[in-house]
Amino acid sequence: MTQAADRSPAPILECRGLSVSYAGHGGRGRVPAVIDFDLSIGGGQAHGLVGESGCGKSTVALAIMRYLGRSGRVDAGEIRFEGRDLLTSSPRELRALRGGSIAMVYQEPMASLNPSMTAGEQLVEVPMAHAGVARAEALRRARDMLERVRMPDARRILGAYPHQLSGGQQQRIVIAMALLAHPRLLVLDEPTTALDVTVEADIVELVRRISAELGTSMLYISHNLGLIRETCDRMTVMYAGEAVETGSVAGMFGRMRHPYTRALFASLPVPGADKHARPLTSIPGQVASPLDRPRGCGFGPRCAHFLDGPCGDAAIPLRVDDADHAVRCARAAEIGAVPAPVPAPARAPPRALASAPTPSIAPGEICLDVRALSKRYGAVSANAGVDLSLRRGETVGLVGESGCGKSTLARIVMGLAQADSGSIALASRPGPGIAATPAAPERSLDLARLPVRRRRRDTIRNLQMVFQNPFDTLNPTRTVGAQIARAVRKLGGERGAGRIRERVHELLELVKLPQEVAERRPGQLSGGQKQRAAIARAFAGNAAVVVADEPVSALDVSVQAAVIELLIDIQRRERTALLFISHDLSLVRYLADRVVVMYLGRIMEEGRTEEVFAPPYHPYTEALLASVPLADRRYAKRKVELRADIPSASNPPAGCRFSTRCSYRIDGTCERTPPPVQEFAPGHRIACHLPRQALAAMRPVFEETP
Amino acid sequence: MSARIAALVLLVWLPLAAYVMFRPAFGPVGPYLLLPAIPAVIALYAIAIRRWHHSTIAVVGVSLVCFWLLMAAAAPYLPLIDPDKPLAPFVPPGGVGHGTFFLLGTDMRGRDVLSRTLWGCQRVLVWGIGATAVAYAVGIGLGLVGGYLGGWWDEIVSFAGNVFLSFPVMVLYILVLNFLGQSGFNIIIAVTCSSAPVIMRIVRGLALDARSRDYIHAAQTRGENPFWIMLVEILPNVRGPIIVDACLRLGYTTVAITTLTFLGLGLQPPDPDWGLMIKEASTAALLWKYSYMLIVPALAVSSLILGFNLISDGLRESGARE
Repeated sequence: MTQAADRSPAPILECRGLSVSYAGHGGRGRVPAVIDFDLSIGGGQAHGLVGESGCGKSTVALAIMRYLGRSGRVDAGEIRFEGRDLLTSSPRELRALRGGSIAMVYQEPMASLNPSMTAGEQLVEVPMAHAGVARAEALRRARDMLERVRMPDARRILGAYPHQLSGGQQQRIVIAMALLAHPRLLVLDEPTTALDVTVEADIVELVRRISAELGTSMLYISHNLGLIRETCDRMTVMYAGEAVETGSVAGMFGRMRHPYTRALFASLPVPGADKHARPLTSIPGQVASPLDRPRGCGFGPRCAHFLDGPCGDAAIPLRVDDADHAVRCARAAEIGAVPAPVPAPARAPPRALASAPTPSIAPGEICLDVRALSKRYGAVSANAGVDLSLRRGETVGLVGESGCGKSTLARIVMGLAQADSGSIALASRPGPGIAATPAAPERSLDLARLPVRRRRRDTIRNLQMVFQNPFDTLNPTRTVGAQIARAVRKLGGERGAGRIRERVHELLELVKLPQEVAERRPGQLSGGQKQRAAIARAFAGNAAVVVADEPVSALDVSVQAAVIELLIDIQRRERTALLFISHDLSLVRYLADRVVVMYLGRIMEEGRTEEVFAPPYHPYTEALLASVPLADRRYAKRKVELRADIPSASNPPAGCRFSTRCSYRIDGTCERTPPPVQEFAPGHRIACHLPRQALAAMRPVFEETP
Repeated sequence: MSARIAALVLLVWLPLAAYVMFRPAFGPVGPYLLLPAIPAVIALYAIAIRRWHHSTIAVVGVSLVCFWLLMAAAAPYLPLIDPDKPLAPFVPPGGVGHGTFFLLGTDMRGRDVLSRTLWGCQRVLVWGIGATAVAYAVGIGLGLVGGYLGGWWDEIVSFAGNVFLSFPVMVLYILVLNFLGQSGFNIIIAVTCSSAPVIMRIVRGLALDARSRDYIHAAQTRGENPFWIMLVEILPNVRGPIIVDACLRLGYTTVAITTLTFLGLGLQPPDPDWGLMIKEASTAALLWKYSYMLIVPALAVSSLILGFNLISDGLRESGARE
């Protein structure tokens, strides 16, 4: 790809001093969204744009497309596309450029496709409109393009309506549509964020190939450092509307200069490390509101290296550092001496428990026991014979792609849905203010078919949940304090306004929220704060088991780290069993003691975390691991091919459910007979037909680079 | 804030309702009943204007409605001619009859049109707001039960609603009022029968959407009973669209009550009432000369309905902005 970068010396796209603002609420002033932004993309080059939500990445893309709408305005600077100034172009010229020379791919493929037209009709439109070719020729081109975006079954795809395609196929159609016009520049705005990891890996591979084969320049916008590292030649890190660091991908991952870039990197879990080896560090505070930006460095208030004089006095210019590496930091030279990445020193050292030398605490007695659980929704088999047990004080990570039955399992455990067969037993434990009940297993209850409204109060108190969407987890009309107080009353068994208020304050302290938050409504809290309040609510009554369903997937990475650390910390202190559901393998690797890998309702592999993340792997685990975008250049990743997209969960094959995608498939066996469960170490089980030796001979997916 | 507004509305409506519904029982002390309502209307107006001062639509709407509320509460204290006393028939607006000046003229029985119009708003406001409130209480209750509990509850509630909706509204009114007799309370029942099923559908849809929210799941996994979930977790979160619709429906109800009175089905003479005024004037107003008898109460009805509708628009606007 580096050769491709040299193909054409003149930049395809150039932004100089670009500043964009939006109209404020109720016509009060203007809110700056992008400030003094420079960008230069050469022919065939892929440029990455990274940053957290609200940092202005999407505004840059919209400004380039001139799609800012009525409230957005370019205040200063210029945008040149192949030398032509886009800001002075007429609407007619712009219409010819959009979709023709510049194409854009958005995050939600379903929103980009017309649901009432077949994929074929939508694809054919593009060459007919832009190249003016006849229908037959357009159809031929569409078929060719489908081949290029690796959609082999062109006939079926062309006749299918968008809802008949999977998310990955939809996004491939969108990319194919974008490419059919032979654009010079392709703008991709978080194109894989809505997709599963294995599908994401496929799309990333596709994007990378296209830029090499067709010489299309790309602007790739993502919040994921690993994705940018895998797809781009050059990258720009944005913070609060400014480009804080820009340079070649190889150079920047080798030597990160800006404190924000480093902090962002340090808050990412790395697939090779766990919570003991490399504690996550979060960035303190939150992005300043664009209305009251600090006078000097925009990152200043959150930066560990902040000094009043050089950083706080005036706006910091973007300084070119060496050949092609520019940094917007007044102290880059001094800080640069420290090798990257460093944990932000502003944060207290990780707590004693987390850094204890013992890799995992001794698990206690079993407190949740799920046996042979099955659940069908019509033809869809969401769970099929799932066995799972949780011990006191243990974190079990449940991983798998969307639709694999993770959330169904959580709903059944919580009593929000009922199983068709199987059993769930819970050993409860005493709570504050509640008479101690013996935690003996014989007192446990079969919960698999017992809806939550028929469960005993004691059972309800012992099973609590942290939900996925921070914007939906708290009642928007009630104060945070009232909601936690209600949980204290219902779950903690506390009576008396004074005692309850005291306990609410204790809980807020536990999740590191200031006391004032109790008086606020959820709308006044950030996503991270809301999720903390939800954690406080779940731990209000000393639950024996807490189920966390993707609790941080909707949060920014820097906030994610803090919430995760908090969750582990509380869980260890309270010796709660935690069932952590996630699609993010790095995260599960980081915090789980044991891992369960699910695929289409069945458990493929389970074992201690170190065992699951090292060979022997189940072929599905191997594929999942290989699809994790890797931001750390100290590790190398092996590529693993998958045969197809995730099939629909209705009517899965009679044998191994993964057999339709497995690259190791033994034809005639795998799709017919259910796989045997092979035990490699006590508790490390793999459900696979492959001979024991073949599994044992697998090479690790991640290896440390010398 | 919302609690204060609700308290003020009650402080206006309850005395007014007591006065209109049971006037003979109070005798000469009746007018004193209305005294607390007058400052309450003014306070309500002040709050509403402060809150919506940036929206012209809402300001106009609030002004119209508050004007009529104030007239309803202050009617006994205004220097008005007795609305029921026949003085001089067919005096044109601005004319003098038997030594008395009539700003808006008199009707065919010689009663003052201005006085009758101002007094007439009492009945419409009391029965209109009362009927809408009852229809909402019933509709919200059934909608929450159908939407949140689902299953058989939903089947029953939805089916009953569809049965009521299948009648043309006028037929439903005539059936109810003929069957139960003609009185203000039966108008409330008639309006509830026709409006509650529609309200139920709206609330049911909102509750159905709210049911899948995580904070509802959190409440369920905390062991809350269904009534708490419906009233505390769901209702406050769906109140926005309900309030907007309520203001719109107040307008419909005003139309319905006036129409019923016009048809001779609702409130009976002799108390002044807009519907009655229009009905009585409808024959005389065939002559252009006497059309003022019809136009004045008709404009009064329109201004009140317009007021409710504008408030509804203003609320929708401010809801969209938040």
